[in-house]
This record gives sequence, C-alpha cells and structure tokens, in this order.
Amino acid sequence: MRHYERYIRYRTFPTPWCPGCGDGVVLKSIAMAFSELELDPNDIVVVAGIGCSGRMPTFFNTNTLHTTHGRALTFATGIKLARPDKMVVVISGDGDATAIGGNHLIHAARRNIGINLVLINNGVYGMTGGQVSPLTPQKFITETTPYGNIEPKFDIAELLIAAKASFVARETVNRPVQLKDVVKKSFQHKGFSVVEVISNCHINLGRRNRMKDPIAMTKWIEGRTVSKAQYEKMSPEERLHMYPTGILFEDKDRLEYSDLYYKHIIPAAQAAAEAAALKQAERTSASRKVKS
Amino acid sequence: MGKRRKVLQGNIIVARAAIDAGCNFFAGYPITPSSEIAQYMSREMPKLGRDFIQMEDEIASLGACIGASLAGRKVLTATSGPGFSLMQEHLGMGVMAEIPLVIVNVMRGGPSTGLPTKPSQSDVMQTRWGTHGDHPIIVLTPAFASELYSETVRAFNLSERFWNPVILLYDEVLAKAHEDIELPYKKDLEIYKEKVHKIKDLDIYDREIGQNPHRVDFFKGYPIHIDGLEHDKHGWPTSEPGTVQKQQTLRMQKIYHYLDDIIKYNEYYMDDAEILVFAFGVSARAALPAVEMARELGIRAGLFQPLTLWPFPKQILRQRFSRIKKVLTVELNMGQVRYEMERVASDDVEKRALLRANGIPFTPGEVLDQIKEF
Ligand SMILES: Cc1ncc(C[n+]2csc(CCOP(=O)(O)OP(=O)(O)O)c2C)c(N)n1
Ligand code: SF4
Ligand SMILES: [Mg+2]
Repeated sequence: MRHYERYIRYRTFPTPWCPGCGDGVVLKSIAMAFSELELDPNDIVVVAGIGCSGRMPTFFNTNTLHTTHGRALTFATGIKLARPDKMVVVISGDGDATAIGGNHLIHAARRNIGINLVLINNGVYGMTGGQVSPLTPQKFITETTPYGNIEPKFDIAELLIAAKASFVARETVNRPVQLKDVVKKSFQHKGFSVVEVISNCHINLGRRNRMKDPIAMTKWIEGRTVSKAQYEKMSPEERLHMYPTGILFEDKDRLEYSDLYYKHIIPAAQAAAEAAALKQAERTSASRKVKS
Repeated sequence: MGKRRKVLQGNIIVARAAIDAGCNFFAGYPITPSSEIAQYMSREMPKLGRDFIQMEDEIASLGACIGASLAGRKVLTATSGPGFSLMQEHLGMGVMAEIPLVIVNVMRGGPSTGLPTKPSQSDVMQTRWGTHGDHPIIVLTPAFASELYSETVRAFNLSERFWNPVILLYDEVLAKAHEDIELPYKKDLEIYKEKVHKIKDLDIYDREIGQNPHRVDFFKGYPIHIDGLEHDKHGWPTSEPGTVQKQQTLRMQKIYHYLDDIIKYNEYYMDDAEILVFAFGVSARAALPAVEMARELGIRAGLFQPLTLWPFPKQILRQRFSRIKKVLTVELNMGQVRYEMERVASDDVEKRALLRANGIPFTPGEVLDQIKEF
C-alpha cells in the first residue's frame, strides 16, 4: 500500500464515475496532497454538495460529509468555526459552487474562513445528464441549450479575487502532478482557498460538442490552458477562451475568520462582561454605603 | 424579589434558556419577529467562549448548525416564516443524517412576506410536513413565559436524546411581550447528557428498532461518513430497497417508540369538562381565561393545552373523547390543527373551530362566546 492510499476508503468502491472521468484524477491528487503533508486522517473533514464531483468524500478515509446541492460551504463553515484546529476541505462542482451555491461561495471567500475548496469545473451539470451551468462555454450544446449557450460564463478566479478570497489557483486534470502540487499549496494556506480544476465530462458535455471521448476533451482543455505569465501578455480577445493556470492570487496576511473570532471577538466580549461586572459591584457597594 | 426574578421579553427568555441548556453554537439570519434572539446571542455567546455567526441566509444558517453539531456543538438557529421556508431542505438533511439541533420558529402572518409584525399560528403543518419525504419531527409549543424557558431546555434535551431536529414554535405576541418570570437556577436544570459512544467498526447506523444511531462526532478517531443520501448501516449511500425501507422505519421508530417521553400537555378544568377547548401558544393565553369565565357561568369547559404539538397527542385526546363529546379548536390560522382533530376525535364528538388569520390574536371574550354557543 502506497502512503497516499491511507487516505482512500477502498471499501466504498467502486466510484459512480464514468470511465475516463476527470473526477478520479482529482480524488488521487487530493489524497496525494494529504499524504505529502502527512496529515492525520482524523484531523481532516471532507465535505461536498451534490453532483458527480459531490460523491467524492465517500471515497476518502477521513471524516466525510455529503450534504445538499450547493450548500457544502455552509456546513463547512459551521465545522470550521466549531473546530478551527481541524482541516476542512470542500469539493464542489461548477453548478454546485457557482449556480445554486454562488451566494455561499462569495460569502465564504469574503469571510476568509479557513476552508480549502476544490472546485471541479467540467463546464456542465454532469450528474443530472448534461444541462448548462454558469461555467459552460458560450455556443456549447447542452441538454437545456439545444440551440447553443448564449450566456457568458463566470471567470471563477476573477469572481473570487473580487470577493476577497485569499488564495486563488487554477489547474487542469491534464496535469496531475501540477494539480497535486497546487492543491497541496492550497491546503497549507490559512484562509479561504480555492483551486479551480478544469475537468472533462466527455459523457455529458463532450459527446454533444464533438468531443465524445476523454482524449478529445483533454486535448480541448490543453488547447485552452496557458500559464499565468503567458495569459498576461494576451489581448482581451485572445484571453476570452483561455484558462490561465497556477496560483493566480495569494494574500498570506489576511486574517482567517475563526482566528479573528477567537482572538478578537471572544476577548472583547469577555472584557465587556468583566467591565460590566465591576460596575455592578461598585454600584452595590456604593448603595450599601448610602444605606449604612 | 428573588434573585432570578426578572421581566424579560419572550425571545430573550428563549435565548437565555438556550444558553443555560448549554447551547454553544448559534448561526442565524435576522428576521422579524425573531431577531432579538440572534442579537442576544451575538452579545452573550462570545462572553462564554461560545460561537455566534450571522450567515448569508437561512439555508446557510441551518447548514452551519448541522456542520457544527457534527463537530460536537449544541446548536440553535432562530427564524420566522419566510426563513423557515428556506430551511426546509436542511431540516430534511437533519432528519436524514440524524443530527441533534434546535430551530426556533416565531410565527408571523403568511403566506410569503405576509404580516411581518403580526402573530399567526399558520406554520402548524409546515413544521410537520414542510420538508419533503417521510420523516419524524418534534415540535414544542410553549404558551406562557415559564414555558418559553422550560420548553427551550426540553427542546435541546429531546434533540440530543433522539438525534433529531426539534422545533420550538411560538408566535409574534409571545416573542415580543415582556413578561414576569422566575428563572430557574442552572444547577436545578435537568440537562440530557448521553453516555459517550463507543462504535464497533463503522456501523454507525446499525441498530435495533427503537434505538439511536451509534454515532460519534467528527474528529473522534473514526473516519465516519455522514450523508443526506439514503444510506446503509455504515452510512454509505445505497438505494437497495430492503435497506432503504429498514432505515426509514428505524428513523421513525427511534421517536415513535417513546411517545410517552415526548408528549407533554397541560390540562385545566378537565376533570368534569363537557367541552374540550384545544388551544396552544397565544391562543391558549386567551382560552384559559375564557374557560375560567365559562366556569363562573356554570359551563363545564376545560382547556387542553399541548406543549408537544407534533407528534400529536392522539392517544390522550382519544381517551378524553371517550367521555367528552364536544371539542372547540382555537387557532390563529384558517384551520390546520382542526384537520388533525377530525382524524383523532370519533364521529360522535361534535367538532367546532374558532379560526382567524388576520394578524389579530383572539381575546378571551371571543373564545368565551364560542364556548357559550356550543
Ligand atoms: C436543490 C437541488 N436542486 C437540483 C438538484 C439536482 N442536481 C443534482 S446534481 C446537479 C448539478 C450538478 O452539477 P455540478 O455541480 O456541475 O456537478 P457535476 O455533476 O458536474 O460534477 C443538480 C442540478 C438537487 N440535487 N438539489
Ligand atoms: S457524467 Fe461526466 S462528470 Fe459525471 S461521472 Fe460521467 S464523465 Fe464524470
Ligand atoms: Mg459540473
């Protein structure tokens, strides 16, 4: 047994994923990141919402929680605030995180709560059979855009940087080693971190867009992947369909939410309570003096 | 005046009771007429080193509560109609994953934004059936100041004992009224404390009918899996029909096996009553003096005031109806408990209801008029 397999819960296999699905690559990358950081599985909780990607926690041999569609970050927020000493990882699909869960996503980022989000962007609602998502590229055919998608997609990195996330990165399933490395770095980050992983859903997206096997889809992803440095040299038109990868934003100085709560709010409240008690005591002794 | 004798607003009584019961995590979203609870918690919880967080909406609030409960906290959220509607999916998650948690729902007029500052009792059925799927639920309905306190403590106890969400249901009038109350001393409170579980292997949901799951919290050294999908004895997702049916039954029966420990009610002037007045919450506040006035007029009326609204006190009412042949249901809605009464009371019991849903609570006189007419 290789070391990273300590983090895999084999007894729940097989996974529900189609052969060649990118989700398997993400599963292994996360397990390897856990392993390289030599984390105790008991100190980790992996939380997810609903979707093909949402099934991932079942396969980690850590504390795991499979919640409701789009809301994994809310459960994770409760766990992190209750146990700031533990590592809270959230796995979310593109629909899960940016459509139904969009509100929770920006607020988790804004709070900078110490949750490490791995957002698997396959550009479609995989689990429900291939409907359009807020990250489906324009013109793509899906089950609910039979004439082509007219909606522009979010740029997750820009969205989350604007929402004040303190660690924003992007990688693709084509590059498992780089993926593992960036996931590992995000796990070492103290505040809210997100790694957007561009993944392939050849079954429910590729198939309808002339990319019916994993190879065709991963080639398509490859053609759209550029380094951050290259991306910055591109014109706005050139950038439109490209995904810059690597760590796109990092702020190590912003304080993490639960840290702030325990180091600022609790002492402030306790000081207020003490001051009030003191005043009360003075008042009673003063009134006693008046009486005597 | 005793040391703990106070004049407090209803919502504050509930918040204080929650803190005394050991609640150490509150997540919520402001909504009239429940906001005083969140405000009080934001001030008092950190003084005790406990957690308060205002989330981005009610869905998030209940999500955070479930997460914190799984991480070992005693959790509370508080809301009103529109927020309670938003919570329904996570209420189901709480039932499915068997999570102890308490939700305060301060009823206001509905539907939709409705009457934010007026009382109502129109969430009777939403508390029972609001979330999808078959599920057990416990709903407590205090009517008097001391009951706001005691039922809050009981809500936590029941949620911990039965591993299920418990809803504390009252209305705008009880929430906002300042009332005289003798707060119990904390040392006199009965707080339910479960023995620490040892789990064998990971069979956290493996049990006999009537038993609770053998679940530990997260981070206790067992890599447990908690799922909103139907799951087998380990917690792993399954749709195998035999297992699914068994799990449904287990979740129901861990509660319905113990009705005697859950169902609580007060009876006033019931010994020789010929008319049973059924009223809870703010309506009971009008019905009690009405029954007393009726007695003065020589009318033998009695009040049945449920403190547990769900599970419905069916057995005890059936016993009463073996003798009493008239029932008057008083509720501030267009008729919700009334339907339950039709199922519970046999055909030979004459059933009437005093209903209203315009934001104005009943006066004792209005209830008395109905009793006199009966
Ligand atoms: C409240 C709610 N609405 C809708 C659904 C149906 N549903 C399940 S998964 C899903 C979309 C999943 O897409 P994504 O998040 O991108 O995950 P993927 O399957 O692609 O990994 C939807 C709409 C649901 N489970 N719950
Ligand atoms: S439907 Fe798409 S995302 Fe889901 S398992 Fe299959 S390939 Fe993967
Ligand atoms: Mg997707």
